[in-house]
Amino acid sequence: MPKMTLSHFEATMLFSLFTSVVLGVVTKRTDRDRLHYGIYTFVCFFVALLGLGWLMYFGHG
Amino acid sequence: MAKQKEQKQPLPPVAEWAPALALSWLIPGGGHLLLKRTGRGLLLMAAITSMFVCGLMMRGAMFQPESGDLLTTLINTGGFIGDLASGILYLLSQWLGYNQPDMAGAVHDYGTKFLVTAGLLNILAMVDAFDIAVRRKD
Repeated sequence: MPKMTLSHFEATMLFSLFTSVVLGVVTKRTDRDRLHYGIYTFVCFFVALLGLGWLMYFGHG
Repeated sequence: MAKQKEQKQPLPPVAEWAPALALSWLIPGGGHLLLKRTGRGLLLMAAITSMFVCGLMMRGAMFQPESGDLLTTLINTGGFIGDLASGILYLLSQWLGYNQPDMAGAVHDYGTKFLVTAGLLNILAMVDAFDIAVRRKD
């Protein structure tokens, strides 16, 4: 199996994508709500990623 | 009121929901496919399988149940259950001899988390398949 080397950003983006798809599919009752929730979850992951990234950047000095 | 209504609904016979639940564990998204939720089943299958394969490609480590102090037991047993929840993906990787030692490095660490999370997401898919099979959800 080929080896995959990803940056922190790429790995977390992939993680967010797969997790958002599953959360969107299993959580809501209509396809429209599923799509909205999947996108919402992905955006939340992205915002948290940026926020925590900057927090660590400034916290590290 | 709605809660009381929900509680009064009897659970259908085991034979109605057990095959979907078992298939859902064995093949991610398989329970949904069995219950004729093709689109959702394929999405779950693609997402969970991709996550697991990415974990393998990042050379993540599989957990083995270990006893010791409480935290070690909790992490290793929990991680093992998470790995095992991926069903055929986990079994195949073991049968084909995947054995990555736990190594230092961000990518390996992400891989380990991807492998466990794929299993945890499959547990969510199993719960959803169960809800569909017992007609709590469409």
